[in-house]
Amino acid sequence: MATVIIPTPLRKFTGQKTKLEAEGSSVKEAIEDLALNFPDLKKHLIDDNGRLRTFVNIFVGDDDIRDLQNESTTLKDGSVISIIPAIAGGSH
Amino acid sequence: MSLSITQDARERIIHDAIQTFPDECCGFLYGTETGDDRLILEVQAVGNSKDGDKRRRFEIKALDYLRAERYAEANNLLLLGVYHSHPDHPSVPSEHDRIAAQPYFSYVIVSILAGKYNTLQSWRLNDASQFEEETISRSQFSN
Repeated sequence: MATVIIPTPLRKFTGQKTKLEAEGSSVKEAIEDLALNFPDLKKHLIDDNGRLRTFVNIFVGDDDIRDLQNESTTLKDGSVISIIPAIAGGSH
Repeated sequence: MSLSITQDARERIIHDAIQTFPDECCGFLYGTETGDDRLILEVQAVGNSKDGDKRRRFEIKALDYLRAERYAEANNLLLLGVYHSHPDHPSVPSEHDRIAAQPYFSYVIVSILAGKYNTLQSWRLNDASQFEEETISRSQFSN
C-alpha cells in the first residue's frame, strides 16, 4: 500500500482529500488503482492510450520517476507518491 | 469569483516581474479561500526553468512545485495558484497559457511594457477549460 499525495488543483476530483492510499507494486498499478476509485481524476492523469499525461510528473519520495524506472518504478509498503502538475505557459 | 491580494504580495509580484524583464518571471500564490473568494497572503518567486526563450515562455520545475505544496501544508495555507509576467504583452492569457493551465488555480498575469509595470489581472479556468477573469480587490488586511 502506497500513499499518494494529491496536488491542490486535483483535489476537487478526490472529494478534497489530500492523501489517498493506493494498491499496487509499481507506480503504474498504483495510479491505475487510483483512477479506478476516482474516475473524475483519471482523465487528468492518464491519456486515451493509457499512458501518463505529459502535463503530469510523478515523484516517489523526492525522486522523479523519469530518473528511476518510469511507470515501472517499484513501490514498497509505505512509499509516498506525489502527483505534480506541470506548471508552464507564456505570453504568445 | 474574486481574488483579494495584500499590498505586500502585489508589490512583490510586480517587483519580480520588473526585475526579471525582459524574461518572464513566475512564482506561487498562497492564501485562504472562502467559497469562491480567495485571499492571497503570500507569494514566493521561483526560477523560470524553461529551456529556450524565457522572454515568451515560463516553466516551473517539478521539485519547486513539490516544495510549494509542502510549504503550504506546513504553514496552514492553501496553494491557490501561480503568477507569471508577460513582457511587452497584455496581462491576458495566451492559448499556450490556457492549454498548460491547471483546473482550480488562479493565474495572476502581470504585463510589463518596456520594463515598466502596466497591468495585473487574474484568471481561472471554468469547467469548459476556458479562462474567466477574476475580480481583483486589494485586501483590507493590507500590510
